Amino acid sequence: MAFYLLVATPFAGTLLFALFGSHARAAEINVVFSAVTFVAACALGAEVMSVGTLTLLHEQFCVDPFNAFLAVLTSFVGLTTAVYSRPYMRIEARRRQMSHASLRLYHAMYQLFVATMLIALTTNNLGLLWVAMEAATLSTVLLVTLYQTPASLAAGWKYFILCGVGIAQALFGTILLYIAAEKVLGAQGVSALLWTHLYAVKGQLEPRVLSLAFVFLLVGYGTKIGLAPLHNWLPDAHAEGPTPISAVLSGLLLNVAVYAVVRCKMLVAGALHTAWPSQMLMAFGMLSVVVGAGCLWRQREAKRLFAYSSIEHMGIITFAFGMGGPIANFAALLHLTAHSLTKSAIYFAVGTAAQKSGSSLLERIRGLVTVSPLLGWGLIVGALAILGTPPFGVFASEFLIFNTAIRDQPWATPILGLSLLVAFAAVIARVQPMVFGDTTARRLEPVPAAFPLVLHLGLALVLGVCIPPYGVAWYEAAAALIGGSP
Amino acid sequence: MNATPFVLQLLNALAALLLLLSFAMLAQRRVVTLVNLLALQGGILCAATLLLAWRTGEANLYVSAALTFSLKVCLLPWLLHRMIRRFGVYWDTDTLLNIPGTMLIGLVVVVFSFGLAQPITALASTATRSAVGIAVAVILLAFLTMITRRKAMSQVVGFLSMENGLFFGAMSATYGMPMIVEMGVALDVLVAMLVLGVFLFKIREQFDSLDLDHLSPTDEEP
Repeated sequence: MAFYLLVATPFAGTLLFALFGSHARAAEINVVFSAVTFVAACALGAEVMSVGTLTLLHEQFCVDPFNAFLAVLTSFVGLTTAVYSRPYMRIEARRRQMSHASLRLYHAMYQLFVATMLIALTTNNLGLLWVAMEAATLSTVLLVTLYQTPASLAAGWKYFILCGVGIAQALFGTILLYIAAEKVLGAQGVSALLWTHLYAVKGQLEPRVLSLAFVFLLVGYGTKIGLAPLHNWLPDAHAEGPTPISAVLSGLLLNVAVYAVVRCKMLVAGALHTAWPSQMLMAFGMLSVVVGAGCLWRQREAKRLFAYSSIEHMGIITFAFGMGGPIANFAALLHLTAHSLTKSAIYFAVGTAAQKSGSSLLERIRGLVTVSPLLGWGLIVGALAILGTPPFGVFASEFLIFNTAIRDQPWATPILGLSLLVAFAAVIARVQPMVFGDTTARRLEPVPAAFPLVLHLGLALVLGVCIPPYGVAWYEAAAALIGGSP
Repeated sequence: MNATPFVLQLLNALAALLLLLSFAMLAQRRVVTLVNLLALQGGILCAATLLLAWRTGEANLYVSAALTFSLKVCLLPWLLHRMIRRFGVYWDTDTLLNIPGTMLIGLVVVVFSFGLAQPITALASTATRSAVGIAVAVILLAFLTMITRRKAMSQVVGFLSMENGLFFGAMSATYGMPMIVEMGVALDVLVAMLVLGVFLFKIREQFDSLDLDHLSPTDEEP
């Protein structure tokens, strides 16, 4: 029941907004729809935690602790971003004189984006997963170009074509997987792409075809994660769109892509009995950490700065999933959550600051603490949290990842450590004048939508100080699932 | 080889035609012809699917052929032709590499594809498995087309040709993907084309041209 509500609500929202998305109360209705989705996700999560893995609709959908947890996270950030988006988009719509059609598009696509992500997360059919991932891309392409500036058009085109090509590789990988599976599962098309069936027979799948499939799947979905050297589209897409979209792209879509890769890795690593799928994940992850951290130095724009930080963090998560084992998987999941919450909080703060100063260039945003103490402190605390300063969630997960790396992959620790230091220096050097610099701007009172910012940072703090026992059980169940134990 | 039934020979001939068309697209500079070649490629894909459906009696393949025909032979080329007329993009002369150079790389790509397809061909049990190598070659040649072109329109044609190759690969190795997946993919492709239309419209409004050089990296902008 909860599942149907979870999937149907955002779709209903899409239809409604396609017709009435420019209504004066559309933003409030957007929040209501997102709230219903969140409640449904929580109910589904509670159900999964009490009765175990659920399969629905002729096994086309399968919900286990791993994806139920991501569904809750997705709908939660979807809700808070909708709350944030209400005042933000009202100001933007007035300032940029956005047409009714643009507002309708914005609200409809926002709901469609959430819907496709939830389908990608909960589906059991790897083909459907691909379809939903592509749909999630397509629903956000037009949102990136919502303002119709030359830069946003360039960003949107890059996003469209690079992710299109990337995702075509993933389709080829899916087809290869199907070829290998059909051999074992037979039965033309009924169960050969269902993940649970594939997982049950993973030992019998042809290893060479499976390896080939994994390479294509990793490159394909890796493009969507923004793994270096396939990350080219990400900073542009995250920087040029409206801020709520930057927040959900960075905080959610990347997670869903990581989820797809991890599912494929679970399958292939179990079938091949060799370490190379893990090694590939680690190599890609490490490269992304280095590239992401290195590129932070060259940024002059606030939203791009944090987009590169997303690349770095996705690298850390991919690296951790590559190492595998219960602790690293646990840490990767924790990092996924902490990054989502903190990064979207940062985008909330940066977006409001950029809106206030009329530009998101770093040198134009100055002295946020005098403009608005809450915004200033929110940004600096968020930046410290994302950089892995204790006592926030990112620190806890990075600490665990470091510990595992020292034990299992000692070669990686100096690179990882150095990159994190470089990132720390780069981000602090840029955020510090933004927050404490001199300014002549007038005070901004009250801060619009301060609640999501505070809530996200508070949760990130809770994750770092003490995760509630219920959450720990959930993480452990998901980590055990990824590790391959029943 | 001498025992190969006529239908299979015909299928192999169609596969060879697909590959030939990929090379033609690689060399073609006129955008209108490029779209026609794409439609032709879709037509051949549809014919091959029908032939295979008739031979194996799979109902799925008939549906898939109908889908291919309506989408890739009729609807998408029509949409693309409309866009060409509306936006006046007729030529794509300014490519990264000259034609002979691209062709030579294309040849290497084909040899590489057959190597890549080896394990798949060995695994597949379908009668048409020898065509998998061609499917991979079509995919990679389309990829090459996308890389070497500058105009948005030709890049998209390359993308659709890649989709054709993917479907042909799925068809020849497994007699087609599950129906729900094929439907989903078709829907995505259709939506992507609509998004493209909106895009071209916006790009032209902004720059008065569809040359992607205007969309220079935003890194350098202040």
